[in-house]
Amino acid sequence: MASVLHVKDLRVHFYDAAPDRFAVDGLNLTVAQGEIVGLVGESGSGKTVTAMSISGLLPREKAQVSGSITLDGHEIFACSDQEILDILGDELGVVFQEPMTSMDPVMRIGPQIEECLLNHRRLSKAQRRQLALEAMAQVELPEPERVYRKYPHELSGGMLQRVMIAAAIVSRPKLLLADEPTTALDVSVQAEILALLKKLNRETGMAILLISHDLHVVRKLCTRVAVMQRGKLVEDRPVEDIFRDPRHLYTQQLIAAIPGRDRHLF
Amino acid sequence: MKKRASVFLWAGGIISGLMLCIILLGCFWTPYDPTAMDPKAKFCAPSLTHLLGTDNFGRDIFSRVVDGAGTSFFIALCVVAIGCAAGILIGSLCGYYGGLPDLILTRVCDSITAFPSFLLALVIVTVAGPGTENIILALGILFIPSFARIVRSEFARCRELNYIKSARLMGAGGARILFRHILPNTFPVLCSAITIGFNNAVLSEASMSFLGIGIQPPYASLGSMLSDSQSFLHSAPWYALGTGGAIVLLILGFSLLSEGLQLKGQR
Repeated sequence: MASVLHVKDLRVHFYDAAPDRFAVDGLNLTVAQGEIVGLVGESGSGKTVTAMSISGLLPREKAQVSGSITLDGHEIFACSDQEILDILGDELGVVFQEPMTSMDPVMRIGPQIEECLLNHRRLSKAQRRQLALEAMAQVELPEPERVYRKYPHELSGGMLQRVMIAAAIVSRPKLLLADEPTTALDVSVQAEILALLKKLNRETGMAILLISHDLHVVRKLCTRVAVMQRGKLVEDRPVEDIFRDPRHLYTQQLIAAIPGRDRHLF
Repeated sequence: MKKRASVFLWAGGIISGLMLCIILLGCFWTPYDPTAMDPKAKFCAPSLTHLLGTDNFGRDIFSRVVDGAGTSFFIALCVVAIGCAAGILIGSLCGYYGGLPDLILTRVCDSITAFPSFLLALVIVTVAGPGTENIILALGILFIPSFARIVRSEFARCRELNYIKSARLMGAGGARILFRHILPNTFPVLCSAITIGFNNAVLSEASMSFLGIGIQPPYASLGSMLSDSQSFLHSAPWYALGTGGAIVLLILGFSLLSEGLQLKGQR
C-alpha cells in the first residue's frame, strides 16, 4: 500500500536544551493509506514534538530539525511557507487535545468548520455550507443546521470535539493527525469519539496517526503501534502483537502500568 | 460589581447620548449664529433668551458651546480613528510576527511616548501651522503608540492560543489569521482603549485651543472659549462655567462608559 506519511531519521533539537539531548532522536515512521497508527509514550517522550514537526508548527527559531518528512509526496522541510499553508488543512487534518480552547470563541461553529474549504477550495458560500453540514452529519452531530449557527461556548466538550473533527475532515485530508483527542473528555464520550474515528477511517479510507499515552485507547483503535521513549522509537509492530508479546522493556512497563480491574491502584 | 457596571453604563450612555444629540442638532441648527456679534447684548446673564448668557462680544454662549463641542467631537473622532487604525496595523504585525521589526517599532513608539506628548504636538503644529487638519494630524500621530502597544500585547497573547494555532493548521494565511481570527477577539480591550483615547483626544484638543494653537477665532472651540473666559471670571462667571461644564460632560459620559465596559469585562 502507498504510504501517506513517511518520516525518515527525524531529529529535533531545541536550542535551549543540552547539546546531546534530542527531543526526537532519529525517528523512522511510516503510515500507509487507510491505516490507523498509534504513537505512544510517556510525557516528554517526543510524541507531540513529532506531531508538531509533521504539521510545520515547530518554531524555526527555537529548534533545529533534520531528517525528512514526506506527506503524500510533499517533502515538508523543502516546502516554502506558502506550500506548507497549501498542505495544512487540505492534505493534513489536525485534531487537538482540548476542544474547549481550540475553537475561536467569537466565531460561529459553521464558519469554523468551513475554514479549510475557504483556504483551499474555490467554492460558493452555499457549496461550503453544504459540505460543512455533510461533515457535521458524518461526525454524528445532532441537528447540524442548529449547531451550525451556535457559538463554541454553547456546546459541550464532546460536541466540540466532534466539531473539531468535522472541521479537520471537511476537505477530505489523506491523513488525520489526532493529538490526544480524547484526553480532555470523560470516559463515555471518549468511547464515542473513538468509535467515530474508526468509522471515518473505514468509510473514507483516511489514515489516522493517533498520539496518545493511553494504551486502552490505542488498543481499541489502532492497527499498529509505535512506542517512543526519550525521543527514540523503541518498538513498532501490529497492535495485538505488542499487547501479547511486548519485546522492549519500556513497552512491558507501559502495559503493566495499565490499571486493571483486579489490581489496586493505591 | 455587575450592578455598578450597569449603573456606569447607563449614566455614561445617557450623558453621552444627550451630548451627542445636542451636537448633532447643532450641526443643523443653533439658537443663534455662533459667530454673530451683538454689541447691545454684551455679558447678558443666563436667561430664557440666552440659555448660557452671552460673552464679551455679545455672542450667544450656548450656541458657541454646541458648535465648539461639535468641533471637539469631530476632531477627537478623527484623532482616535487615525490612532486606532495605525495602531492596529503596527500592533498586529509586531505582536504576531515579532522579531527585529517588532523590536524597532516598539522602540520608536517608546521614544515617542518618552517625549511630553504636548510638546510634540506643539512642534508639529508650529511646523505645519494651526488649523483643524493639522491638529488632527498632530494628535493622531501622538495617539498611535498607545494603541499600538495595547494591540501588540493582545496579539502576542492571542498568537499562542490553541484556536489560533488550529486556524493556522487549517491553512489560514497571515492576513486572515490577523484580521479575521485575532482582531475580533481583541475587541473588548480595544473598546475601552477607544473610549479612553477619545477622552484624552477631547482634552488634548481643548488644551491646545486653550493655549491658542488649536482652532482659530472666530470659530468656536471649547478650549479657546475657556481661555477667553478667564478674563471675565468675576464679571461673567457663567461664561467659564458653561464652557467648562460642556467639557466635563463630554468627557464624563465617555469615562463612565469605558469604566462600565471595563467592569463588565472583568466579570
